[in-house]
Amino acid sequence: MKIEGEQGKSKKYGMVIDLDKCTGCGACMVACMAENNVPFKQDESDKRLSITWMRVYQLTNGKAFPDADICYLPRPCQHCEGMHEGHSPCVSVCPATATDYDAQTGIVSQIYTRCFGCRYCMAACPYHARHFNWWDPVWPEGMEKYLNPDVSVRMRGIVEKCGFCFSRYQKAMEKAHYEGRRELEELEYQTACTQACPAGAIVFGDLNNPQHRVHQLAQPDPRRRGRPGNPKAFRLLEELQTYPKVYYLSSREWVHKAGHKAELIKEAGAHH
Amino acid sequence: MFPFNFEWIWDMSHMVFMGGLWYALSILGLGITFCIVKAAMDTAKGKGGTHHH
Amino acid sequence: MDSALIPKGVKRCPIWQFALGLGIVGAVLLWGVYAMLLCWFKGLNQTNMNDYYGFALWIWADLAVIALGGGAFFTGLLRYVIGKDELKNIINYAVLIGFICYSSALLILAIDIGQPLRGWFIFWHANVHSMLTEVAFCLSCYFGVLTIEYLPLVLENRQLDKVPFVHNLTHTMHEHMAIFAATGAFLSFFHQGSLGGVAGVLFGRPFAYREHLFIWPWTFFLFTWSAAAFGPCFTLLVTRITERIAGKKLVKDNVVQLLAKISGWMMFTYIIAKILDTAYWAFTTAPSLGFTLKDFYGTNGFYNYGWLVAEIIVGGLIPALMLITPKIRANRGMLTLATVLAVIGVCLNRWVMVLQVMAAPVMTFDEWALYVPSWQEVATTILPVAYGVILIMISYRYLPIFPQEAELNPITPEDAEGVQASGDSEPVLATAQA
Repeated sequence: MKIEGEQGKSKKYGMVIDLDKCTGCGACMVACMAENNVPFKQDESDKRLSITWMRVYQLTNGKAFPDADICYLPRPCQHCEGMHEGHSPCVSVCPATATDYDAQTGIVSQIYTRCFGCRYCMAACPYHARHFNWWDPVWPEGMEKYLNPDVSVRMRGIVEKCGFCFSRYQKAMEKAHYEGRRELEELEYQTACTQACPAGAIVFGDLNNPQHRVHQLAQPDPRRRGRPGNPKAFRLLEELQTYPKVYYLSSREWVHKAGHKAELIKEAGAHH
Repeated sequence: MFPFNFEWIWDMSHMVFMGGLWYALSILGLGITFCIVKAAMDTAKGKGGTHHH
Repeated sequence: MDSALIPKGVKRCPIWQFALGLGIVGAVLLWGVYAMLLCWFKGLNQTNMNDYYGFALWIWADLAVIALGGGAFFTGLLRYVIGKDELKNIINYAVLIGFICYSSALLILAIDIGQPLRGWFIFWHANVHSMLTEVAFCLSCYFGVLTIEYLPLVLENRQLDKVPFVHNLTHTMHEHMAIFAATGAFLSFFHQGSLGGVAGVLFGRPFAYREHLFIWPWTFFLFTWSAAAFGPCFTLLVTRITERIAGKKLVKDNVVQLLAKISGWMMFTYIIAKILDTAYWAFTTAPSLGFTLKDFYGTNGFYNYGWLVAEIIVGGLIPALMLITPKIRANRGMLTLATVLAVIGVCLNRWVMVLQVMAAPVMTFDEWALYVPSWQEVATTILPVAYGVILIMISYRYLPIFPQEAELNPITPEDAEGVQASGDSEPVLATAQA
């Protein structure tokens, strides 16, 4: 499905994260929280109650010194395309159409004012990329002045997740429209985590656009539902046919094995 | 739920799903209305009252 | 004091005894209501749910009571559509139990959602592709059917029945009950099924995911089937408990035996389908997604192979075989044991399809997540049980629930005066413990 019109050609925004470059510093997590007004509590020791749109996992190869190796894996929302476009695990189950797959950008959105908190999407997501607001957000005195005015804060009782900094996309499109353009330059729309990564491990852009670095790094094959052409690249749990738009790069075999089961990946036909 | 909701699409899924819903609701609504009306008419005719059901 | 409200020809316990029972169960109910208000006013942080356990105890309770309440639709189908006339002697109670189960399910859902005031969005902004939407629609509609089926029973109260219009309405509704029962069976087929579909469509969760037949995963059919099979067992079990507490027989043996036999054969066929489904999932579906049975049952202490055995053999195959064997079925004790095992079995199935789905890790670097519910979750789960006991107590006392009661328990002229002897207690404590 290709949509052209007011918004220009249909995009497929995605991310390539080089795991061999990631140092696990966590700058992406901090940048994400600041950009998106993600609430936090005084006690964040229980990670299953922490809202982390971007979460860095530590992976180990389980071997003893001197063969021990670790890898840090940043996990934003994978913005799954699903078996057919928009059949993401979460979008397909949301009973109130509160999470949506945008065919123009490929971004899986969350409509906070419509979500009524049934949490079915959280049950559906194998990446644990979705978080529930168990509490109302409370900002330390004075901090509310530092909130990002472009991003709405959320109330308790609803689900939220990474939206590839969608407000930045809207802002960039507004500027482009004002200047009489319909297309964005690659660097006009970048996520906060991408810009914050000191190692340059995160690259963001349009996977459909051969000029963009994400396309060059992942070399997605549109006839095989975006299977990466780059042998260094893989997608998390690709064997589940979620077809994420976040690609990971690593030259280490054990990291590939930790991320997906290549031998089980079904070759989707070119019916798309 | 209604065709005037903006997310409504006239596709097969909506027609089958919502068709089933409105069909079931109609049967229940009409059924209960019929029972009430018939009971009211019977009462007006003087049925009921003393004999044990 | 309330003898004018008690059905003719039956004996009830003294009002003080009844009030005492109501008070005890009422206290439990109030405890649940307090926890419910805490959840509504303070939010779901009152629970021990977390981002791994978006679905937890409540959703299990929801699925379990709906499966157990399946006795209402299936008995209704057998009685009104298929024409098993004897079942008219137990259908009232099946309807009442179903009504309690479904209203409880709706209440639990209203507590479970994060923004209860937006609950209507599921109807208004319906995503017709979501199994949960189908659940919400069919559940609400079927609750309407159960209300329609329960209403004539309420109207048959001795005093209400004296009003000519009410008497006529009851009569007309009874005459046309087949239409409502058939609609109820239609709705039940879809919501029981879609509750199974809730887990079965989760292609991101290999523990839950099942292959599809058309647009429905196999769990869709298994859930409908199991509700029809195990629901009547719950009806029989609650009837038995009520009889024990009331200290008298309320339903004739041939009725119980008929329902038990049908339930047994339904369970037997279901369990064959369930074993086939489990085998196909274990050896084909899950491996195609990168998982083996060992990953699900052999890598953590809590969810071990015992769960499979408990659900399928102890809570499925054994009670099914017991119920289809006439000799065992005819033995009151064995019959009760079979219904208890069956109820446990179907509850285990619902547990596994909710809680173990959440517990099992999918990403290789993820780990098993276990959870213990908070007291607020436990209290709000017990709340519907207390509510159910109270509704049964009131209905049993004032409504002609059991058509065979008067015949089975002829009363002496002194009893008929409305002065009740003590020693004949109400269904209070044992039902609460159940």
